[in-house]
Amino acid sequence: MPTYSTSDLQKGMKLEIDGEPYLIVERNFRKPGKGQALYTLKLKNLIKQTVLERTYRSSDSLEGADVSESEVQYLYAQGDDYVFMDSTSFEQYELSKDQLDGADRFLKDGMLCSVTFWNGNPISIAPPNHVVLKVEYCEPSARGNTATNLSKPVTLETGAEISAPAFIEIGDLLKIDTRTGEYIERVKE
Amino acid sequence: MDKDFRSSATWETLRQRSELLQKLRAFFLQSGYVEVETPLLLSESIIDCYLDPLVTQLRSPHVRSLQGKSLYLQTSPELGMKRLLASGAESIFQIGKAFRDDEFGDLHNPEFTLCEWYCLGDKMADQVNFLGELCQTMLNSAEPEVLTYAEAFQRSLGLNPLDCELADLLNAAANGNTPSSFAEEEMDRDDVLNWLLSEKVELSLGQDRPTILTNYPASQAALAELDPELPGTACRFELYVKGIELANGYQELLDSQALRERSQLQQKKRIENGKAKLSPPESLFAAMDAGLPTCSGVALGYDRLAMLALGKTTIAEVIPFPADRI
Repeated sequence: MPTYSTSDLQKGMKLEIDGEPYLIVERNFRKPGKGQALYTLKLKNLIKQTVLERTYRSSDSLEGADVSESEVQYLYAQGDDYVFMDSTSFEQYELSKDQLDGADRFLKDGMLCSVTFWNGNPISIAPPNHVVLKVEYCEPSARGNTATNLSKPVTLETGAEISAPAFIEIGDLLKIDTRTGEYIERVKE
Repeated sequence: MDKDFRSSATWETLRQRSELLQKLRAFFLQSGYVEVETPLLLSESIIDCYLDPLVTQLRSPHVRSLQGKSLYLQTSPELGMKRLLASGAESIFQIGKAFRDDEFGDLHNPEFTLCEWYCLGDKMADQVNFLGELCQTMLNSAEPEVLTYAEAFQRSLGLNPLDCELADLLNAAANGNTPSSFAEEEMDRDDVLNWLLSEKVELSLGQDRPTILTNYPASQAALAELDPELPGTACRFELYVKGIELANGYQELLDSQALRERSQLQQKKRIENGKAKLSPPESLFAAMDAGLPTCSGVALGYDRLAMLALGKTTIAEVIPFPADRI
């Protein structure tokens, strides 16, 4: 893995700190008129998803983390483990519910996801930013009520419960933002 | 990546910046200073371990002494202005560009505008007052509080930066975002002080009203006289507004031999840090040999001043084309 000097540091780079992989979320350069430059980094732990702030001096060097991503297909759940398959190598990976960090709510058989590896082991998974899921259950909408500012809970085919506009019916297809868990729009097929 | 052709600062801001510049100029003219222009391109540089000039060359210089020589874009106009003072100039000011390599961030751009001035006959206390007046005029601020570097450390960290043990400084640095290299290396005392100032002290400076810090440690004198009244400190002062370093001033060092020694020390530190050697400022040594009159001078970051005056939080909001758009 490459060793970086502080002036190489950029948002989006991955570093290994205290034996764990981190993503640089924010990089802040500070330098007194006389004196050494400092780099304050906001770092996201790619395993625990926690955020850390660290300040480095311009003479420090940092270790890059061997982090990669690839596209995988969701196959099935087995107890608390979720099984994915690499779309090109057909290799299978198991991730725990913890590692999914809530993503399991929107997983559907065959869905293409992005898995993050650290030193060759899967550490987290991200479903597509937008997915289309069928409404399995919701209260019927009131007749003639077309107001869009009213919302109600709906249950999706994956079991996730989200908030959607009052006019939504069972069997409708909804576009969902998986990062926020929010309803975007109703779609046709 | 596609570069944005548009200005990062709005036209309204650039118009206000222009008005502010006229106001700043008027302030100096009314105070009896003469505006000067000195070259940005020089064959020598002030030597500071942590200031890196941009280096270039003339293809066919037509001047024999410049043949094959590295030339520098100035990191500040100090060299030229002090040569002018030793050549018989009166109190002078200059508003122009300076360049510093490897500096880019919310408060930094490798090319920036400096306002620098020198007042003949002034001691540190006189220029601390003058800087306070300038700050009140340009930022409509309250009168700045004046405290020593040691007092600021005492207030924020409860220790005396001038005579405490290095271990105490490292201890104070240890809670918080300390990089692990602090423990591993033989630390330079000034590097630890600098880290503490930036990380622990600076943010509290200039919050309710501007702060002028005076009497930096003698080891950080740069081009300032040592202060005989406060042993171990230099007649160096800095202005902070809202935690941001805005200006750096000295009662100027007059002894050329002392400057030669400080330059050698900085050059040595540069080499230890794997940095390029710089051509020493021989013409400044010569000017000081001939006699630099007693004077005090200040360099003020004009982009930061404009940023604070116009209520912005980044330099990119007050200059049209920061380094990522050039």
